Amino acid sequence: MAAVLEIDNLYKAFKVGFIPKKREILKGISLSVAAGEIFGYLGPNGAGKTTTLKCVLGLIFPDRGKVAVFGHPPLAAKARENLGYLPENPYFYDYLTAAEFLDFYAQLFGLRKKDKEEKIATLLRLVGMEKARDLQLRKFSRGMLQRVGLAQALINDPALLFLDEPLGGLDPLGRKDLRDIIVRLKQEGKTIFLCSHILQDIEMICDRVAIIVGGRVISQGALESLISEKVLFTEVTLSGIDPADLVDLGEPVSTLGDRILLKVFQEDNIENLMALVHERRGRIHSLVPRTETLEDIFVEMVRQG
Amino acid sequence: MKIQTIALNTFKEAIRDRILYLLFFFAAAALAFSRLLAVLAVGDRVKIIKDVGLASISIFGVLMAILIGTGLVYKEIDKKTIYTLLSKPIQRWQFLLGKFFGLVLTLFIMTLAMGLIFLVIVLLHTGKLEGRMLLAILFIFIELVLITAVSILFSCFSTPILSSIFSLSFYLIGHLSWGLETLIQKTRSGAARMALRGLSAILPDLENFNFKTEIVHGLAIDPRFYFFSALYGLVYTLFILALAVLIFKKRDFV
Repeated sequence: MAAVLEIDNLYKAFKVGFIPKKREILKGISLSVAAGEIFGYLGPNGAGKTTTLKCVLGLIFPDRGKVAVFGHPPLAAKARENLGYLPENPYFYDYLTAAEFLDFYAQLFGLRKKDKEEKIATLLRLVGMEKARDLQLRKFSRGMLQRVGLAQALINDPALLFLDEPLGGLDPLGRKDLRDIIVRLKQEGKTIFLCSHILQDIEMICDRVAIIVGGRVISQGALESLISEKVLFTEVTLSGIDPADLVDLGEPVSTLGDRILLKVFQEDNIENLMALVHERRGRIHSLVPRTETLEDIFVEMVRQG
Repeated sequence: MKIQTIALNTFKEAIRDRILYLLFFFAAAALAFSRLLAVLAVGDRVKIIKDVGLASISIFGVLMAILIGTGLVYKEIDKKTIYTLLSKPIQRWQFLLGKFFGLVLTLFIMTLAMGLIFLVIVLLHTGKLEGRMLLAILFIFIELVLITAVSILFSCFSTPILSSIFSLSFYLIGHLSWGLETLIQKTRSGAARMALRGLSAILPDLENFNFKTEIVHGLAIDPRFYFFSALYGLVYTLFILALAVLIFKKRDFV
């Protein structure tokens, strides 16, 4: 598939302090995003995720390196015609109502009056904000702002969507809604570039990820190739057994009443444990093998990086 | 088209800003006060009303231009609203001009409103509708346009408080710079005089827009003066805007 976004060896340093001291934020970022995929851009705070995004959007100028959005440089209006962007912690014009706010952006894309009204109504419905249509944005909660922020990013029906920490500030229900919306947008054929440090959410929906630490991409690829299928340990909840008998089989994590949560590291021990429980007439309530998650990889890499 | 959209949004922002109404209220109060002052004054009362009235329009107009103008661009950067805006297909110069025209439109309406109140007060006092006063107000407005451009220029790279101080200094220097001419005549020719000449060429001369005295006292003015003053305002404004665009184009939005 053709690449819609290509970043090649990007460098950016900022001068900070009264006596300017150079601080390198990006130290040679290279990545490419193919059409139609959900691309996760992961990294701890201060890794350079937002700085990369700003270079792509033409908000800051990289010191070195190349960015191509649909093959155009970021400052070309053509590059931005087909692009949507939801910033981190979005703040918008708080003196506007939700409808006026969307109307303003629709006008910047030159939408016609009739299409405009239809589009605004559809988008407000999509993000579940129809009721807040005529409310000034200053009265919005953070989660509500996040929702109209997404509506704003979709106003031009973009082919490429940049979402910076889109799940921040949302309650569990809001997160689920947003995840569903993102997956639906993918089905419509849009490409989504997702910056985040909330890993569970990314894991479920991303096709490919890049992990950035300290201004460098340290790993990049399809999620399956990054995460091994290897079982790290098995979590077993059981009851009716004396904890003292379990010490050889695994590591007891906690007890609640007579229920014991046990971490078993060797697969052979599972068999032994089952035999023990059977013999003592105890009960097994759950048995969950834990494979490697993105979080494990992430923590490992951040530690190394 | 895009400039117009941004300008209208800026206009909306300005008219929903409380500071505008506060200043407008004080301007109206000052205009009414001129009537009171006339009662206390010795001499031609109408002239006092006109003098104080026109000065009030000018001062409060300048305060509006500076206090709102210096916040316009800075607020967008500070509140990060500029991120989403500039990620849309608009150019940075379009954004800046949109902001400029939005505030100019706001000031036009405010100046018009203050001017009308002023004309009514004069009308009540003299029984005549003095259209010539509008000419003085028009040049006050041209000056406001220039001050707006200056405020926006400063707000492209500094905080509202600093920008306000810079813009106010520009205004004061502009109204005092004619004194340089006198100084030049009193200085012997040499390096000092050259330096003063250079300075007087660079510094703005905002007295060019001041027709208050002539109009209040009914003095005749060569129409060419009007023309040159308007041209001076236009060229100076374009120069400042070009400078603002140049600075804004190179800026990183961190």
